[in-house]
Amino acid sequence: MDMSIMRELTSDQLRKDLPDFGPGDTLRVHVRVIEGEKERLQVFEGHVIQRRGSGIQETVTVRKITQGVAIERIFPVHSPRVARIETVRRGRVRRARLYYLRGRKGKAARIREKR
Amino acid sequence: MVGLIGRKMGMTQLYNDRDELVPVTVVAAGPCPVVQVRDEDKNGYTALQLAFEVVPEHRVTRPVAGQFKKAGIPVHRITQEFRGDAAAYEVGQVLDVSQFAVGDTVKISGRSKGKGFAGVIRRHGFRGKKATHGTPDRQRHGGSIGQGTTPGKVWKGKKMPGHLGARQVTVSGLEIERVDTERNLLFVKGAVPGGVNALLTIVKR
Repeated sequence: MDMSIMRELTSDQLRKDLPDFGPGDTLRVHVRVIEGEKERLQVFEGHVIQRRGSGIQETVTVRKITQGVAIERIFPVHSPRVARIETVRRGRVRRARLYYLRGRKGKAARIREKR
Repeated sequence: MVGLIGRKMGMTQLYNDRDELVPVTVVAAGPCPVVQVRDEDKNGYTALQLAFEVVPEHRVTRPVAGQFKKAGIPVHRITQEFRGDAAAYEVGQVLDVSQFAVGDTVKISGRSKGKGFAGVIRRHGFRGKKATHGTPDRQRHGGSIGQGTTPGKVWKGKKMPGHLGARQVTVSGLEIERVDTERNLLFVKGAVPGGVNALLTIVKR
């Protein structure tokens, strides 16, 4: 079976305004939070530690540290619940999966900026 | 109550109107022309005979080609009957995916993937034996298949290893997530029997 047809079928649901980003980058993800009737935007800012999948299945894992607690959130990149994705800072890293950040904090968990 | 004949194209995911990512199976269904209307007088039952996939005439036997000639439609690879009240339909009429709407519940049948000769764990969900505590090398065996003198035989229907899969399977209660009338596609929520390119029959409930 030609998988390109299957890809094309979901293409209308793909996000077109996606910025270029990858592991090591700092991202600002605007999430639509629906509480009962009301809807508001919540911003989640952190480092991209992995980007996986392709097409409509694609997800990005963003890690941030708030009040000394590390939080990792996995966002489906093309979800309508994700209102917008912004790249804040490009990071220079040497691997695709930054799991090593999990064991580090403070100075050791820094990511060099890409120039 | 009528259905369609189709082929499984594969699975993907779609966002529904509640922003949830749902798994869907894409089915290329129809268009299916009516080859014959079976009625009570002539056949003793009512049904609709539908055809699917146009092929060159030499791909079918002459008697089959004759059936299509009589109906006045091009030769198709597959014909299949759908039981139910068929009086409202006439020969030559073409059914397609437009008879389905988003949210409809359908029943889909097809031939499941063949699994070959399967053991008792895979085939019947037996638990097998412990890996340790002195178990001899029979971790995936089914154990005893019966008693001794009474009854002195193995019961009919005893679950044992054997051929698994490659049989007709029907999944009911599947929901239509999207209909593509342009490309004759149905997007059905969930999984459907068989592998990619498997032949399916879709019936609206």
